[in-house]
Amino acid sequence: MTNRLDHTVHRVRTGRQRRSKQWTTIVTILCVLAMAVFMITLSIGQSVTPPSQVLRVLLGETVPGASFTVGHLRLPRAVISMLVGMSFGMAGVAFQIMLRNPLASPDIIGVSSGASAAAVFAIIMLNMSGSSVAFFAIFTGLLVALVVYALAFRHGGVTGTRLILVGIGVSAMIESVIVYLLSQAQSWDRQEAMRWLTGSVNSAQLDQAYPLLVSLCIFGGLLLSRARELDALRMGDDTAQALGVRTGMTRITVMVAAVGLIAVSVAITGPIAFVAFLSGPIAMRLIKNNGSLIIPAGLVGACLVMVGDYIGQFLLPSRYPVGVITGALGAPYLIYLIIRVNQKGSAL
Amino acid sequence: MNKHHTINSDALFRRNIFALVVAAAVLAALCFLSIAIGTRDVSWQEIVGALQGKMDTMGEASVTMRIPRTVLAVLAGSALGLSGAIMQSVTRNPLADPGILGVNIGAAFFVVIGLAWFGIDQLNSYIWLAILGAGSTALFVYLISSLGRGKSTPLKYALAGAATSVALSSFTMAVILPRNDIAGGAQSWQIGGVGGATFDSIQLILPFLLVGYFMSAIVARKLNVLALGEDIAAGLGEKVVWTRSMAWLSAVVLCGATTAICGPIGFVGLVIPHLCRLLVGVDNRWLLVFSALGGASLLLIADVLGRIISRPSELSVGVVTAFVGAPFFIWIVRRQRVKEL
Repeated sequence: MTNRLDHTVHRVRTGRQRRSKQWTTIVTILCVLAMAVFMITLSIGQSVTPPSQVLRVLLGETVPGASFTVGHLRLPRAVISMLVGMSFGMAGVAFQIMLRNPLASPDIIGVSSGASAAAVFAIIMLNMSGSSVAFFAIFTGLLVALVVYALAFRHGGVTGTRLILVGIGVSAMIESVIVYLLSQAQSWDRQEAMRWLTGSVNSAQLDQAYPLLVSLCIFGGLLLSRARELDALRMGDDTAQALGVRTGMTRITVMVAAVGLIAVSVAITGPIAFVAFLSGPIAMRLIKNNGSLIIPAGLVGACLVMVGDYIGQFLLPSRYPVGVITGALGAPYLIYLIIRVNQKGSAL
Repeated sequence: MNKHHTINSDALFRRNIFALVVAAAVLAALCFLSIAIGTRDVSWQEIVGALQGKMDTMGEASVTMRIPRTVLAVLAGSALGLSGAIMQSVTRNPLADPGILGVNIGAAFFVVIGLAWFGIDQLNSYIWLAILGAGSTALFVYLISSLGRGKSTPLKYALAGAATSVALSSFTMAVILPRNDIAGGAQSWQIGGVGGATFDSIQLILPFLLVGYFMSAIVARKLNVLALGEDIAAGLGEKVVWTRSMAWLSAVVLCGATTAICGPIGFVGLVIPHLCRLLVGVDNRWLLVFSALGGASLLLIADVLGRIISRPSELSVGVVTAFVGAPFFIWIVRRQRVKEL
């Protein structure tokens, strides 16, 4: 009898160890990949800067020639891309897990466009700048999330499909607000318009990294502290409750944290299309059931934005903002997902 | 019993005729408002003078400028309303609308490609492109939403449309951005408007619209039979595939030709048929007529509102209709039972 019990305990333990080992391996690989992409975007552009010089610039030395290209042109883009991608990825996967639907990412249900509209309004109409724009965007993003949730609430519950459709309607409305606000601006600047409609890191500056870092620490930390509860939510509310999760509290915390991450990023780069939507499912394919998806999704998001921006900058005949690239990449995946949605439940 | 029945349908007929007269009167009143209201305030004499063809004062000249956009708003609105009503009947999907299904964006995308890569800058040739774009997008969205194991549901339709719209607007931007020579019109290919209307451009799309109106008139009765279910319709001797293709074609021609000169205008085709259904029921013969009148009225209202809200500048019709239409879309979604979605 005890022998058998020992055997089971042993199997569970080795299984757990194996899974956590696999998780660590994949996360390490993703980290290395993100760093590699980061270094490549720093060293290869219109001209090639050897990695040794890039490192010297990063360490603060003044290298003739390289200091300007790497330090002023490439570094801000790369840093902002990485941080923004991370925020989008983490927030996206949090929404997808919480609502148990891969389509329920903040860029489809209108949270990103809400934050974007708020940022445009704050900048154009109220002449705000810096952190006040971000706070305004966070507030509006939360409001939009609540409104979508409330409008989708009917007969004592929210079904995923209704939430998504309401979200599509709300985003259509918000996008028309963005267009209206932009048309009210002094001049219809195409670059600005692109930034607020599909997202772009063209105007990235290094000092914008601080609010992003702060938001990643506060909101990202908050999300990570709820990672276990989120994992339990994947099995359904009832099961999660039976496992001792306070579902209501968890939902509110996760929503605030995810909207915070989204809104701070959107206030800087605009809603980069589909990064939040794509990161979660990609991370899911890599991690399978071996552990929390939040950190892997953040890393995937960072890679997506950096690679997308690099493609838009250098690999195509003319320069495109990153949102156009991720939009073109994400839409086919969305179509694939729709085709599959009836074949296998709507779980992530 | 039989007599009772006849009286009932007679009463219904009379009621519908009455409603039709009211709708036409409303439309006429809106046309007048659209001519009278604008950035410049004009007097009665100036309106009357302009309608008689005078162009002596500034007021008369600005009224003369408002006439073509009023005509275009009526034509475009009725085309969009009709095409929405037909799409909803054919797909039996309450969320069908040329804007939501991405058909308008598809038309705009083809036109932009024609402008950028093939040097097509004549309006009469890009009407064909717009219709081709609208048709292939409609087909594409329809195919996507009916692939997979389950049958196509409103949700899959709406999502396939939304995904296609995002993809196509990304591609449209990708085509426009490097081309400074055509980028000036970029904004108008993202948000629809009737502001730039001239009688020349209206003349060019008029034949297409007439063909569309004519086809939808033929198709209206057949759609009623189709509504009984495909099997029954086939049993009654209706050529189901033929009817469906006819209906799609008329819807596509109507919204494609409209998009060719107005750019993508969403939600008119969604809102109007639903409101008309509340008014006259599900008989497509009435429904299509009312949808055309209603669509024209909605577009006129949106255009006039757009002129009033942000005086002295103007707000594109597409922005106003999205703002009016999206809450309506949400209302329909909420009304639907979950199972149907």
